[in-house]
Amino acid sequence: VFKRFVEIGRVAFISFGRHAGKLVAIVDVIDQNRALVDGPCSGVRRQAMPFKCMQLTDFVLKFPHSARQKCVRRAWEKENINEKWAATRWAKKIEAREKKAKMTDFDRYKVMKAKKMRNRIIKHEIKKLQKKTTKKVKKTEKKEK
Amino acid sequence: KAGEKKAGEKKPAQKKAAEKKPADKKPVEKKASQKKVREKIKKPKKYHASRNPVLARGIGKYSRSAMYARKALYKRKYTAPETKIEKKKKEKPRATIIKPVGGDKNGGSRVVKVRKMPRYYPTEDVPRKLLSHGKKPFSQHKRRLRASITPGTVLILLTGRHRGKRVVFLKQLGTGLLLVTGPLVINRVPLRRAHQKFVIATSTKVDISGVKIPKHLTDAYFKKKKLRKPKHQEGEIFDTEKEKYEITEQRKTDQKAVDSQILARIKKVPQLRGYLRSTFCLSNGVYPHKLVF
Repeated sequence: VFKRFVEIGRVAFISFGRHAGKLVAIVDVIDQNRALVDGPCSGVRRQAMPFKCMQLTDFVLKFPHSARQKCVRRAWEKENINEKWAATRWAKKIEAREKKAKMTDFDRYKVMKAKKMRNRIIKHEIKKLQKKTTKKVKKTEKKEK
Repeated sequence: KAGEKKAGEKKPAQKKAAEKKPADKKPVEKKASQKKVREKIKKPKKYHASRNPVLARGIGKYSRSAMYARKALYKRKYTAPETKIEKKKKEKPRATIIKPVGGDKNGGSRVVKVRKMPRYYPTEDVPRKLLSHGKKPFSQHKRRLRASITPGTVLILLTGRHRGKRVVFLKQLGTGLLLVTGPLVINRVPLRRAHQKFVIATSTKVDISGVKIPKHLTDAYFKKKKLRKPKHQEGEIFDTEKEKYEITEQRKTDQKAVDSQILARIKKVPQLRGYLRSTFCLSNGVYPHKLVF
């Protein structure tokens, strides 16, 4: 049922707060609500962070609990988390959302034109296939008669 | 002081460069004179500290007359330089004029005052207006332009008959209104004035660096003309002389002159022509405060 667990080394995505949008690794668990967290390769200082603002990712690093920043960094770079993260669909969706928000009026016009052209091509192909099937149906009907 | 020093240093540098050509004796003499000039320029004005020691705040030790003597103001009497107004004022105009008078036995002339006393005084004097500060007429107002609007910016007109149209900004006119053109071939917006407040400035810019806008395109050129000279009551009061606006030939030539230059630049940017042809509109889920223009 649950696939991603809070464990030492779990890479989490911070969803809101000062460090919104950054990745951190869980170094230790403080109590029911907080974890000691560190993001050496993403600009987050080692600090306590509530679980509420963390969203777990699929990545797990290997280091012992309360390992110092140097170890966390080593494990992070060994696994190449930054590149793996950029390749995930999650990160791509976030990037697409940001780009959409930054679109200028001219960009919006260009997107509209591109979409229109794309849809036209798609419709054209669909209609071609439709015609083929109707022709086939007509042929089989004639034969039955 | 720093400015004076720099000026002094520049002068000898220039003189030395010019004097490398003539004989050596001359530059020596000139250097000496330069030094004097330099010293005169370099001497800063030294102001004496206050000659009136402070006993308590706001209270000096010496009286006014004592200070006069201490500062030797009897030696320092300055007159303000004669201003141009004073020079002009010296010539006093004539107060009376001798005018010839016709008629028999009248004595040929009369002495007439040039400036006469008023022939009417109102019963109640007009009260003196209070002093006001900084109330300027519209022609002297400061014109501002938003930083996002630069020559060549694509603007979206929000009011008027061309609302929603995307238009190229050319320059700001003397009254502060923006001179704007479609160009006409693209979206039927002629050379026109637009108000800064009723316009959205997009971040799309056309490069208008070399475009020459004729100088006669001013506010007077674009001002609406009103023809009404009813010397006597017209039979039909509602029949105004100018009902239909007619496009003058001058406007057409000016339009062509400006547009031809701009169209060339627009063609260089892909899809810009179609962008200017389209109109801006809001639809469901589109919120202007969230849009980046």
